Amino acid sequence: MNILRKVVETFAHVMPDRDRDELIQRHRFLGQPISRLDGRAKVTGAAHFSAEYPVQGLVHAAIAYSTISKGTIVTIDTSAAEQAPGVLSVITHLNAPQMKVPPPFSVGDSPSSGTTLVKILNTDRISWNGQPVAVVVADTPEQAEHAASLIHPVYAAEPGLNSFEESIPHAKQPKEIMGEAPEVKKGSADVILKDSIHRVDLTFTTPPYNHNAIELHAAIAIWDGNDKLTLYDTSQFTAGTAASIAGVFGLKTENVRVISPFVGGGFGGKGGLWPYTQLCVLAASIMGRPVRLTPSRAGVFRIVGGRTPSQQRVAIAAEPSGKFAAFIHEGVTAQSTDNHFPEQFSFPPRHLYAMDSYRIAQKVTEVNRVANTFMRAPGESIGTFAVESAIDALAYELNLDPVELRMRNEPDRDPVSGNEFSSRYLREAYTMGADKFGWKNRPAAVGSQRDGDWLIGQGTATGTYPVYRMVTAARLRINADGTAHVQTSCQEMGMGTQTVQTQHAAERLALPMEKVKFEYGDSTLPAASVAGGSSQTISVALAVHEAADNVIKELLSLAQKDSESALAGAKFDDIHAAKEGLFRRDHPHLGQTYVAILKHAGKDFVEAEHKTGAPLETMKYSMHSYAAQFCEVRVHRLSGEVRVSRWVGAFDCGRILNPKTAVSQFRGGIIMGIGMALTEETMFDDRTGRIMNPTLAEYHVPVQADVPHIDIVYTDIADPHTPLGAHGVGEIGITGVAAAIANAIYHATSKRITSLPITLDKLM
Amino acid sequence: MNNFTYFRATDANSAVNLLAANSTQGAAARFLAGGTNLVDLMREGIETAHALVDITRTPLANVHQLPDGGLRMGALVRNSHLAAHPLIREKYPLLSQAILHGASAQLRNMATTGGNIMQRTRCYYFYDTASRCNKRAPGSGCDAMEGLNRIHAILGTSPQCIATHPSDMCVALAALDATVNVTGPAGERSLPFSEVHRLPGNTPEIDTNLKPGELITSIDLPASTAGLSSVYRKVRDRASYAFALVSVGAAIKIDNGTIQQIHLALGGVAHKPWRATIAEQLLCGADATSENFAKAAEAELAPAIPRRGNAFKIELAKRTIVAVLSELTANEGARQ
Repeated sequence: MNILRKVVETFAHVMPDRDRDELIQRHRFLGQPISRLDGRAKVTGAAHFSAEYPVQGLVHAAIAYSTISKGTIVTIDTSAAEQAPGVLSVITHLNAPQMKVPPPFSVGDSPSSGTTLVKILNTDRISWNGQPVAVVVADTPEQAEHAASLIHPVYAAEPGLNSFEESIPHAKQPKEIMGEAPEVKKGSADVILKDSIHRVDLTFTTPPYNHNAIELHAAIAIWDGNDKLTLYDTSQFTAGTAASIAGVFGLKTENVRVISPFVGGGFGGKGGLWPYTQLCVLAASIMGRPVRLTPSRAGVFRIVGGRTPSQQRVAIAAEPSGKFAAFIHEGVTAQSTDNHFPEQFSFPPRHLYAMDSYRIAQKVTEVNRVANTFMRAPGESIGTFAVESAIDALAYELNLDPVELRMRNEPDRDPVSGNEFSSRYLREAYTMGADKFGWKNRPAAVGSQRDGDWLIGQGTATGTYPVYRMVTAARLRINADGTAHVQTSCQEMGMGTQTVQTQHAAERLALPMEKVKFEYGDSTLPAASVAGGSSQTISVALAVHEAADNVIKELLSLAQKDSESALAGAKFDDIHAAKEGLFRRDHPHLGQTYVAILKHAGKDFVEAEHKTGAPLETMKYSMHSYAAQFCEVRVHRLSGEVRVSRWVGAFDCGRILNPKTAVSQFRGGIIMGIGMALTEETMFDDRTGRIMNPTLAEYHVPVQADVPHIDIVYTDIADPHTPLGAHGVGEIGITGVAAAIANAIYHATSKRITSLPITLDKLM
Repeated sequence: MNNFTYFRATDANSAVNLLAANSTQGAAARFLAGGTNLVDLMREGIETAHALVDITRTPLANVHQLPDGGLRMGALVRNSHLAAHPLIREKYPLLSQAILHGASAQLRNMATTGGNIMQRTRCYYFYDTASRCNKRAPGSGCDAMEGLNRIHAILGTSPQCIATHPSDMCVALAALDATVNVTGPAGERSLPFSEVHRLPGNTPEIDTNLKPGELITSIDLPASTAGLSSVYRKVRDRASYAFALVSVGAAIKIDNGTIQQIHLALGGVAHKPWRATIAEQLLCGADATSENFAKAAEAELAPAIPRRGNAFKIELAKRTIVAVLSELTANEGARQ
């Protein structure tokens, strides 16, 4: 840990907590199951996604992808493509202007969304199978795709390190993992383990996974002269995309406008700057006219990274009581030769259990594959699979109920940092979930339930995900007509951003929701951070809260210029927003509406823009969300087919701001987890490094028939240290899911499957 | 996708004539029906037909009874219509079941009976023009052989190709002794279903025994397989919308514990819908016992050749055969 971080942490611990937000108690809009404000626009097609903006004079680009994983382009004959119908331009490394490589992904004051250091189309070197080698621009998308298919470079291929397995002996410990130490240890865990009677020691593997959002990645680039750019791009991070594209093309960031209000599913796959965006802008620059680039589904597999594969070992030694005496979690993930993202699979045990001694460590290897990236709960999703499967195995070893074993190891404080938990009600979540599921009716014995040829089992696992808050700016204006206008560059990716933020602003300002306009998804608005890390809702909420306080102060001072005002003489703490205006707390009938204040002051509006401070609270407290996942599976005793027949997810995620949209997020996470556990896998041919199933027909995301009814319950206990008492809910849902399924399969069959996905051949 | 000329035929003869008139050596035209596979293949650059003859307006979309008690299904009957057709459900429920296990509702709404027969393999390497594939580019080699071959064939393979035929419907048609009626430049003829698809041998690029320019007009089901007890069991990687790892279609008649009649076919295991003739011969006239089923399954799978990824299919096929036949026996027992 570096010294600066140490200093900041020390400072964080002596800082007083933020005042408790009184809105935590309010529920006029917050906490209500309000339907999506943009629902009608989406289902009627009125909502424009990136590829759908009507643009005059649009032409279309398509990418030709490399078919080797490592080597050099010797020659690239583009004549057939150039002569193909409708083709306007063919761009390769031989004629592409020099572009700068965007700096790696960062959410700080200098946002960036770079995903790879490969000089896309500015090099003859190939680093992964699928790297763009040419871009074709044509009158129609079909003509561009066809022409691109005619480009077959001659390569001097070199043997790539394509195989994750073969790369493992070369694994190295990275310097840091998201600012945390790659290895933490206390005591002599390895020695204790060796001498322990009650122990498990298991090795797990998880495969690579790819993003398959329903909306394919897409961009439309429109230049205005040679120094201004408008970009419609399906982005989870408009500010990062704008800054990165500005850097790549040598523009001022304020001259790049990225518009992305609706994203058709992100899940992390649209957080970074993937090559199609840059190539679209490049093509538009060369053409001098607007260009659209929408890679095919296969194209998205080739140029957009997914989840790393992993190999993890979890070894636990326990006392007869179940108390963990030693805990070891170590393993390896992969990144590409040209990015740095050691996925944080070792984070969950750092916060989940009381441990006397532990060693938690992770390494990373480099392979010739497309750069890996964030995918719903990076780290926690695959990490909880290993940890929570091992704990289940230990429960059988100890002859203890798996829930009970976990409860016996509930920590008082964060086991690694020693920090106080800001809000931890995992025990309550387990109680609620177990109750809803009927866990007490589950027979303890494995393989004891059967329905014809189907073996039945029930499993449970803990899920966890950190509370992240990102520095975010927002602008808030109250107009003379009594309406409010809130602006920030954040994203709507299906989670209900507009709805929840409108609920918040209306509650905050005591306005009806119809009088609040929430504007977002545009990089020229005050900069929000990435819609990632389940951070956006509370990050934006705090910025809006603080901006609103400033607006209210301004309104109060305007009111006080009027000696007749009911607010005359009141201090900020004496008043609050109520009844579409400001009113005295001690005399609720005394006050003025916003309309009255602004009318008297002769002003059209009052406005404030505010940027939040660094999330020091996350250094002072151990801040996490928790889940208790319960499921029932049926395993066919002959074929090994697995069907998930029942699910209860019990969540402890602070206060739930909108049950309708939050439950939808929880369910979506669980469904994605079912895919991760049972059906999804990116199939790389290690001979070539090529993805062989780049299609929804062969990359098996769960279909409706694979998904049971999912019951969701939640503690709804506000975290006093987060904005609105809330946590993010986007990622927690997937955590613990794969382990709960594997544990239920063990309960049904007495087979402990340690490699994902759990396809039927592993259970035959 | 390359440019192509589009023709619309009004009847089977005009379709055949249009195709013949627009086919030259090495530059074939193709019939277009539902397009659920052909259009995909064209988009992927695997199929490069320069002309398409749309047959969807030809009058080949009827199902009617034949004088001998069998059934004739037009080549253009949509899969969803066929599966739901009262006569099919009543007399050949195996076919209905098999169809409903295939693809998705949307695809079944488009796909036709003839087109289903003509669909091509889903081998990853066949679909990837950057890979070697003897089926797509004869003589180029087979990258599946030592590559990702979990979904590949175990029976009737050749050193040239281990691709499977993907259809569910065809497994039922194979089991039910269907006949395929075609018309072409040399006139009309009929093929027993077992002779429609080919094993890869040294010519994996040739999927069927249809001659160039021939059009499937209808498929007949015989009276002899009507009304049998039947089960279609498909084992796959997710509950719906996935190709079979192994499927088993069986129709059976049992009298006093003895198998009088058995029709057994497998999907997902070979380059063609696999009629399990070895097992049938062992079982016909034998007692309907699980021992006999196991012996028959063992014999049927004895010639299987596994590759690195698909050895599990051999055991899976055996187990599924036994399970299906046991289920049918139990059903028959319950009925008697």
